[in-house]
Amino acid sequence: MGNYIFKRIISSIITLWAVITITFLLAHAIPGGPFSKNEKLPPAIRKQMEARYNLDKSTWWQYKDYMKHLLKFDLGPSMVYKGKTVQRMIHNEFPKSAQLGIVAVLISILIGIPFGITSALRQGKWQDHTVMVLATLGITVPSFVFATLLYYFFVVKLGWFPSRGWGSAAHVVLPAIALAGSPTASISRITRSSLLDVIRQDYIRTAKAKGLPDKVVVYKHALKNALIPVVTYLGPLIASILTGSFVIEKIFVIPGLGSEFVDSIGNRDYTVILGVTIFFATFLIICNLIVDIVYVLVDPRIKYEK
Amino acid sequence: MEAKLDKNCFEPLKAEKNGENEIVKPSETYWQDAWRRLKENKVAMVSLCVLIFLVVLCIVGPMVSKYDYYTNDLTKGYLKPSKEHYFGTDNLGRDLYVRVLTGTRISFSVGIVAAAINFIIGCLYGGIAGFYGGMTDNIMMRIVDIIYSIPTELYVILLMVALKDKSGNGLLNIYIALGISYWTGMARIVRGQILTLKQQEFILAAKSLGAKNSRLIIKHLIPNCMGPIIVTLTMSIPSAIFTESFLSFIGLGVNAPIASLGSLCSDSLQYYRQYPYTLFFPALMLCIMMLAFNLFGDGLRDALDPKMRK
Repeated sequence: MGNYIFKRIISSIITLWAVITITFLLAHAIPGGPFSKNEKLPPAIRKQMEARYNLDKSTWWQYKDYMKHLLKFDLGPSMVYKGKTVQRMIHNEFPKSAQLGIVAVLISILIGIPFGITSALRQGKWQDHTVMVLATLGITVPSFVFATLLYYFFVVKLGWFPSRGWGSAAHVVLPAIALAGSPTASISRITRSSLLDVIRQDYIRTAKAKGLPDKVVVYKHALKNALIPVVTYLGPLIASILTGSFVIEKIFVIPGLGSEFVDSIGNRDYTVILGVTIFFATFLIICNLIVDIVYVLVDPRIKYEK
Repeated sequence: MEAKLDKNCFEPLKAEKNGENEIVKPSETYWQDAWRRLKENKVAMVSLCVLIFLVVLCIVGPMVSKYDYYTNDLTKGYLKPSKEHYFGTDNLGRDLYVRVLTGTRISFSVGIVAAAINFIIGCLYGGIAGFYGGMTDNIMMRIVDIIYSIPTELYVILLMVALKDKSGNGLLNIYIALGISYWTGMARIVRGQILTLKQQEFILAAKSLGAKNSRLIIKHLIPNCMGPIIVTLTMSIPSAIFTESFLSFIGLGVNAPIASLGSLCSDSLQYYRQYPYTLFFPALMLCIMMLAFNLFGDGLRDALDPKMRK
């Protein structure tokens, strides 16, 4: 157990290092620096600007320099917004994205699991069909289409929610639902198929034969095992909510890290692209690590002895 | 002691009844079997028909229409859907019907090209890892694990930023960026299949006949795991289409005047509050495509995956 967690942490660190290196190299493979867009810049000034951001040094030098700063959690300055640093941006804007993300995770779990249970217990009946149709739609309708539809009906047509901005609970509702759409569908599908699997096991028959009421069998015996696959889905769930936030925050005009990231892509603000990508990657790797550890804790059948 | 067997103990078997011993059902190959199963699946067949219809429509539609996707006519901006313009016109007076169909073309091409590149990379990578095993396998699959742990969207965004050049329509960049980021799933599936297949006798036979390793992988092993490969391939087409529209939506997709379904949706964001149909049609087309590919892929998996057989 301890051995497994140790191994898992080591491999996470290696993954993190690899991701940072690949991201760094990709960002430096971009043709034309951030200052080449501005053609009016006199060569002398451009040279000075490049020296300011160390762009005149070798890639290897820049890599070492970047890593050194990274160890101090210093992601460098923004190249477009003077006086702003990347870590300050993350510090200011990530809490909003995180708040949105947490609500979305809660919605998808609180709706997805009961939907999955209902559809598994009423297999073949109308409840099952309704849930499966909804789930298929949830997976196939792209999040930005779903989000614009929500926006159009509830903001433009009905005017129930504020059109833009951030601060109150009403601002969170629609974007969180839009973000939760496809994960909810996935969770209900996973819950359904795993519960259907578990329900046919011998120990469930034993529990029924003992004369336990259906509710106890389902909620005490079946569900415990059926929810294990849902735990493994938590990693992809967080990833999908994170990438989803890029478009959702743009549509609902939320000043979060996702929309900042999209803006930095438009501005070719390399230090921000690099820094935010590394931040997202680190965040996901840590989440995956936690999910993996939780998975071993909840499923004692797994003995990792690879 | 010897048992005495009388001739009477035996009696001649009556002449066989006609056809009693014949095999009634003609033996089917794997593919015939799968095709039969697929034909029984109504949802999958309807999806297939929808996909074929869309392919034909998006090839023929723009050809026979009197409009094209790039000519601006500012006097005809924001026309409502009518007989003249089936889906209306956009802000620059371009016919939306033709733009949606050319966008569908782009989305199809992105899906198919990306899937084809993934197929080649994934099969070879997974094939080599599974075939050689041991240390090679270990290192190669750890690399896949690393790539797998980060969402493809992040990679694709970085690749697109790195590949971005102002000239050209940006389509080639999308092909490359999507082609080299989706193969990890394929590689895992192929490796898993080959690990079990390589133990079988026909591989031993081919080896003893002196087949080279490259021939073993390409001619013997990969054709035998074609079922799971095709299922993964079909499923990777909608995700490539989805990622392309996602990219176009955040402004990293094809360059104007070419439009994909994603960039049509994204463009219409500025004015869909007044003219909702400019968003409705491309979004609907995208949803139909995704739905059809996903349902067809589900049907194909049921038909091709031996584990699902009852």
